[in-house]
Amino acid sequence: MDNLQQLTAGSRVLLSGNEAIALGAFHAGLKVATAYPGTPSTEILETLVKFDGIYGEWSTNEKVAVEVAMGASYAGVRCLSAMKHVGLNVAADALLSASGTGVKGGLVIVSADDPGMHSSQNEQDNRHYAKLAKIPVVEPYDSQSAYDFIRLAFEISEHYDTPVLFRTTTRVSHSKSVVCTKEPFKKIDENPQFVFDPEKFVMLPAYARKRHVVVEERINKLKEYAESCVLNEVIEGDKNLGIITSGISFQYVREVFPNASILRLGMTYPLPEKLIREFSTGVKKTIVIEELDPFVEDIVKSMGIEVSGKSFIPITGELSPEIVASCACQAGLLEWEKKEGTVSEISLPQRPPSLCSGCPHRGLFYTLARHPRRRKKMTSSSSNQISGGLVITGDIGCYTLGAYPPLLGLDTCACMGAGIGHAVGMEKAGVDDKLLAIIGDSTFMHSGMTGLANAVYNKSRITVVILDNMTTAMTGHQGHPGTGVTASGKESIPVDLEEVVRGLGVQKVKVIDAFDVKTLGNEVKNAIESEQLSVLIVRGECPTAKSCLNTSYAVDTNECTRCNACFRLACPAIQHRGEEVYIDPGLCVGGICGLCAQVCPVGAISIPGKGVAE
Amino acid sequence: MQNTSVLMTGIGGQGIILASDILADTALRMCWDVKKTDAIGMAQRGGSVVSHIRMGKTIYSPLISEGGADILLGMEKLEAARSHRFLITGGKVLINKYCSPPLSSSGNEVAYPGDDAILSLFEQQGAEVFFIDGLEKVEKLGNTRTLNIFLLGALSVLLPFSREAWEESIRSKLPFKIIDINLEAFSLGREAVENAGIS
Repeated sequence: MDNLQQLTAGSRVLLSGNEAIALGAFHAGLKVATAYPGTPSTEILETLVKFDGIYGEWSTNEKVAVEVAMGASYAGVRCLSAMKHVGLNVAADALLSASGTGVKGGLVIVSADDPGMHSSQNEQDNRHYAKLAKIPVVEPYDSQSAYDFIRLAFEISEHYDTPVLFRTTTRVSHSKSVVCTKEPFKKIDENPQFVFDPEKFVMLPAYARKRHVVVEERINKLKEYAESCVLNEVIEGDKNLGIITSGISFQYVREVFPNASILRLGMTYPLPEKLIREFSTGVKKTIVIEELDPFVEDIVKSMGIEVSGKSFIPITGELSPEIVASCACQAGLLEWEKKEGTVSEISLPQRPPSLCSGCPHRGLFYTLARHPRRRKKMTSSSSNQISGGLVITGDIGCYTLGAYPPLLGLDTCACMGAGIGHAVGMEKAGVDDKLLAIIGDSTFMHSGMTGLANAVYNKSRITVVILDNMTTAMTGHQGHPGTGVTASGKESIPVDLEEVVRGLGVQKVKVIDAFDVKTLGNEVKNAIESEQLSVLIVRGECPTAKSCLNTSYAVDTNECTRCNACFRLACPAIQHRGEEVYIDPGLCVGGICGLCAQVCPVGAISIPGKGVAE
Repeated sequence: MQNTSVLMTGIGGQGIILASDILADTALRMCWDVKKTDAIGMAQRGGSVVSHIRMGKTIYSPLISEGGADILLGMEKLEAARSHRFLITGGKVLINKYCSPPLSSSGNEVAYPGDDAILSLFEQQGAEVFFIDGLEKVEKLGNTRTLNIFLLGALSVLLPFSREAWEESIRSKLPFKIIDINLEAFSLGREAVENAGIS
């Protein structure tokens, strides 16, 4: 990667939105950065930790991340906290409190939303948080604006004594475009100090009541600022159509309506009422084009200005130039013809995401799928209820992929850490099934510990499986408290999972090897049938965390009976080549896994030459 | 400079993101405006990967619309076929002769398409299709991980950028130790297309 730290003012570089946010924050004099990894926000902190003079950490979860940033802000330094949209739900308590206290050093919270749910469980529009918290929200539309706007966001934060919500989307965060760098800001304060000021920082009711008045005054001042701030821009064009837009939608609007008048909002809360009124009276018809919710549209309508938007632009999913064009065409705003191909479709096999070859989660899901109680559950339906099955609750991580066929290993997935609560809830509701909750190591640190303490306290008898692959794998191998390595690669004290679980009061705890099918079978059975709350820590390293050059497994086609038992593992390396079963040596991770060799009933799978060559 | 859109498709682990980064960087070195965006599935490995690269005087949307790609570079045959709708009528298609059957296909639900089916799919769009056996070529080089750079070499023949810009970009994006072998792969990729006579 190009060394961003060395870039001088006036350099032209190609950066992703996330890299541009990091560089802009660095040039704005950022001192403390915190984050919990989550697509599409992860690269912001990954880039920031490479800069000298910035302290960056993977925090245990997003709430902690914002709290650490708040502390740094109170000490007078500029700080940033980055997370994916749903992370802000976890951090919402801290965010709304930060709105009340205000800041000392600039405090910017980056929320990377995911319209289209490329890698998320919902597509909530986090601009609503700005309205709820009564703070400004800034929305970039490409990498240059991400770089420019984040610098300004710190100034707004300090000038108006407010946290600033900086909202990007997947398409802005993960697209690369050209950034022209500017002169870095002068270092502001080299001596951070906390100044005694309880009326500002201690939110006792007596003080908080006074702060609420300040917050209301602040949002009014920000409304004034919005009228003239450089974040909002009018692009003069044809007066027949005026389009109000923000974020990546601005790019689609420019492409689809090259001649229209455009009001591009870089700050979508609070809105500049006078500017919008002026813009809409200057054009024949005003529309709003924005992704997800009619956030701007509703506020503009509440001003009594006639606009339309979501009556023809979809509220669900990600927009694209094509969608904008076809919707505008249907609404009679544009003449557009879809480029119809004459191509006759052929049916192509899908390529759904799957657990990687060599994944340490596979053995557990295979074991669960084979368990008699699980097979019972999977044949039941609302009209055909069978008692005594096995229900598996889960949450967010690579292991969510275990929900796909043929493993079908999850019955619930909602939010981080939820599986433990779900299982306890079903137990307390009185279901006649055994209950097993699955959670990853990073997720357990993030929000599983409180759920487990709750299960202990409330006399639950569920089984909890912690899949410990010793990293935050889904987002690309970030550290967490259990890994003992910090975001900047320094050694730290690893928080011992087993000790934590015992410390929370769980008496039945076992650590087992993720690649040992027989032990998995026995221990899962014991735990499920036990009348005690049990925790199984299933440990195995993520193979994609390091490059493996192991010799792969292979199928002895003379021995193989084509029984397809190995296909129940759903390993991408195991394939059919004509009639024969074949293991792709480019995908198989070899000796560290070996699940297929263990499940083959006739012993047809092995590492060729093993025991001789090695 | 004419606005040019390139779509790269393949599967995780093939180095598509690096290849599209190098293409975008080369365009920048030639003083073109450029935007690129990647669609990466949830899987770290083995999932579909699509990279959109748009280059020209001024580029707004990073996304290529259906029927908007001048060139399609498919690093895996099925993934090339899957993206056929993006190709402009009469566009150019480079397909690496590599087959990675997905899980569903391993379970024999929908058959993996044959080369003839893929070819006819594109020929209906009036496309010029060129199959290259990239893996065979880079195996001879002794490093199969240079496949992405080999295919970039092939692609480079179809784009109006100087060889120097390509090579500078490759040098800037790769670790020192593997630059020479990748430049060699790049040359082989160029030759593969030049010898086949399409440009």
